[in-house]
Amino acid sequence: MQAIIDQYKATIRAAAEQETPLQIRGGGTKDFYGNSVVAQNNTLLDATAYSGIIDYEPTELVITARAGTRLADLEAALDQKGQMLAFEPPYFGAAATLGGCIAAGLSGPRRASAGSVRDFVLGVRMLNGKGDDLNFGGQVMKNVAGYDVSRLMVGAMGTLGMLLEVSLKVLPKPVTEITLHMQMDGTVAIERMNQWAGKPLPISATCYRNGELLLRLSGAESAVRAAQLKLGGEELRESEIFWRSIREQTHGFFQSASSLWRLSINPTTPPLNLPAEQLIEWNGGLRWLLGDEKLNAVTIHKAAKDAGGHATLFRSNEPGVSVLHPLDPGMMKIHCALKEKFDPSGILNPGRLYPEM
Amino acid sequence: MSPQELVNNLRSFLPPEAVLYETEDLRPYECDGLSAYRQLPLVVVLPRTEEQIVKILKLCYATQTPVVARGAGTGLSGGALPHAQGVLLSLAKLNQIIAVDPLARMARVQPGVRNLAISEAVAVYGLYYAPDPSSQIACSIGGNVAENSGGVHCLKYGLTVHNILKLRVLTIEGECLEIGGESLDSAGYDLLALMTGSEGMLGIVTEVTVKLIPLPEKAQLVMAAFDDVHKAGNAVANVIGAGIIPAGMEMMDRITIHAVEEFLHPGYDLDAAAILLCESDGSAEEVADEIERIYAIMQQSGATKISASQNEAERLRFWAGRKAAFPAAGRVSPDYYCMDGTIPRKHLADVLDGIEKLSQEYGLRCMNVFHAGDGNLHPLILYDANQPGELERTEEFGGKILEMCIHAGGTITGEHGVGMEKINQMCTQFKTGELEMFHAVKAAFDPSGLLNPGKAVPTLHRCAELGAMHVHRGEDKFADLPRF
Repeated sequence: MQAIIDQYKATIRAAAEQETPLQIRGGGTKDFYGNSVVAQNNTLLDATAYSGIIDYEPTELVITARAGTRLADLEAALDQKGQMLAFEPPYFGAAATLGGCIAAGLSGPRRASAGSVRDFVLGVRMLNGKGDDLNFGGQVMKNVAGYDVSRLMVGAMGTLGMLLEVSLKVLPKPVTEITLHMQMDGTVAIERMNQWAGKPLPISATCYRNGELLLRLSGAESAVRAAQLKLGGEELRESEIFWRSIREQTHGFFQSASSLWRLSINPTTPPLNLPAEQLIEWNGGLRWLLGDEKLNAVTIHKAAKDAGGHATLFRSNEPGVSVLHPLDPGMMKIHCALKEKFDPSGILNPGRLYPEM
Repeated sequence: MSPQELVNNLRSFLPPEAVLYETEDLRPYECDGLSAYRQLPLVVVLPRTEEQIVKILKLCYATQTPVVARGAGTGLSGGALPHAQGVLLSLAKLNQIIAVDPLARMARVQPGVRNLAISEAVAVYGLYYAPDPSSQIACSIGGNVAENSGGVHCLKYGLTVHNILKLRVLTIEGECLEIGGESLDSAGYDLLALMTGSEGMLGIVTEVTVKLIPLPEKAQLVMAAFDDVHKAGNAVANVIGAGIIPAGMEMMDRITIHAVEEFLHPGYDLDAAAILLCESDGSAEEVADEIERIYAIMQQSGATKISASQNEAERLRFWAGRKAAFPAAGRVSPDYYCMDGTIPRKHLADVLDGIEKLSQEYGLRCMNVFHAGDGNLHPLILYDANQPGELERTEEFGGKILEMCIHAGGTITGEHGVGMEKINQMCTQFKTGELEMFHAVKAAFDPSGLLNPGKAVPTLHRCAELGAMHVHRGEDKFADLPRF
């Protein structure tokens, strides 16, 4: 296994010397997300070879695996012991890897109740742009020694380093899980979701679409049934299929030819007054919009910012539109400075996050 | 700029009572919660507004004056230890809760607001702020962000980093950054995570938006006594292995049990080698279910005595003993030194054995309290600062405990931070490459190194000197270290 790392190192060091960009890529399932690596002459650095689970002890609630490990293998190992990745990462394809999951930083339906990818990252081993083999964080729940570089890697799209190993906190799977659905107006649904989120109820996922609100309840059988009585609604059969279709975006809503926008905003924001089909998750905190020609990026960025958040062009057919929400100059300055420190030659996925870096 | 010129400059835009420079006025600021380290700053400033802080920072930047931020001064690692040539920037007067949005479950507060004050202010909405460091009646939220503070409930509810949404941060140049948002994520790098736990080295936090969560309907506690520490450690693993994430899971060793029982009489079993406190919270149904299972697991794990709290008064009484562990240490010893290592839980018994051996070797008693759910160990070394050489022996003993934590696959600090105190152990935990990256991260925010200089990350030079002193098993850990 060290031979693989040595090879990665050699590739990175050669690229740094020649200043030729690298495109770090795991299973390639999230190629559509973010910007493309700027340079045309980039070299593909395949990150799948360094794979396998290194250490998993269910009673420690920690798993450590190599970044090339397929997410499916990782989750299968957890499932065997009745545990899970509580942030329900989307795969977007069977080849999805742990490294890609961390680099993309995307979380699924359970995010609003359980936390996001970065909330569960405990430590990483990585190579920076000079090919240095570095360890940050660790395998323990609480660790404040040094800056939290491991969490900084989440969502960085490989622009700060190539992930080698990741340690994650894992959680037990809930004993019981049911889904309720009820008819409701959008404004009311947003208000209700937020009210309920402020009460001790075992709601683990929410989805609102076309006048229908779906709530997933997870926990001890007794708690789930007690909550069902309080919340009302009908129980949905085969609900696992439904939530998977939201997590993996195989639901009919996402099967559109239009551009897909992702708005992460203050959850209490009323239904957005934009000419677009919408699907709501995370108690109102996540809004998916199907854009068309009437809806431009400036309008959407403004709507998201006014609502305390940001917008991402998640899947696009229009080249030339800024994919990630533009940063304020002060923030961009810090981003560029960090990029320069981790990757002085600018060879790791340049432009993948922002064209400037 | 001379010290007098600096004071005059500060007084040109700050009211007289907000600039302290007479020795007797500086004295209260000479240390934080770790009183073994003391240093008078050049000047203390007590601004009330962000605008004033901007001016202070711009002045310090222009004159290349070091700035050390301080919240309530309850930190335990010397993170707020003043700089002899620097300004101590107290954020205590920025103590307003700016806005509470109960529906969105968030509160916007100034950095000097006390941790507990937030929960008190939002209790009326059935909400609270989850991280509960033991100093929560006094510690400030700004300090919590700087240290990424935890508490007894963090296995289930997370640390500060999991419970904040947004920060307003001033750079050393006085530029304002808005990091995070009212949303659950934000664009670009996760600077919110990077800022959390950065010990005042990257920027000055002027506003924090915290996440609020619903108060649990009910909480209940199981107290279990064990005649053997190994069995108690296994019981913790068994609870978690059964799919239960307790709201709190605390362990105390024999010497702690005796110290607190004598002090407060919470009803702990004096024959026990270890006591576990395991709390369940949530809806009434969930708690009833979980408590029944925890009780059974404790039984199967060989507990010698088990009781479940029958009412709120009893639950609080069981907790009171644990919460009084530090004052109890203060009662049985003139001084105590609190350590903060984290280990993978499976190594608990070995590490406790190791601490016992060191305790005999150094001739110093050590009480052990343990956030057992998340592996965070707080050995309290009992000593007498008036005995010549005892503090030095204590520090050496503490350093050995931390190195043992590293060798067990853990870390030198779970929640108290590195500060001034654990700076040498950073050389053991990290290699040159990581330390270089830490300095690089610092430089990305603060190129001239004016924010809290000398804390949290040791210079390579310092590590090289230490490395020469402790060569571990004959191998030079810093073989590739540049010497300068």
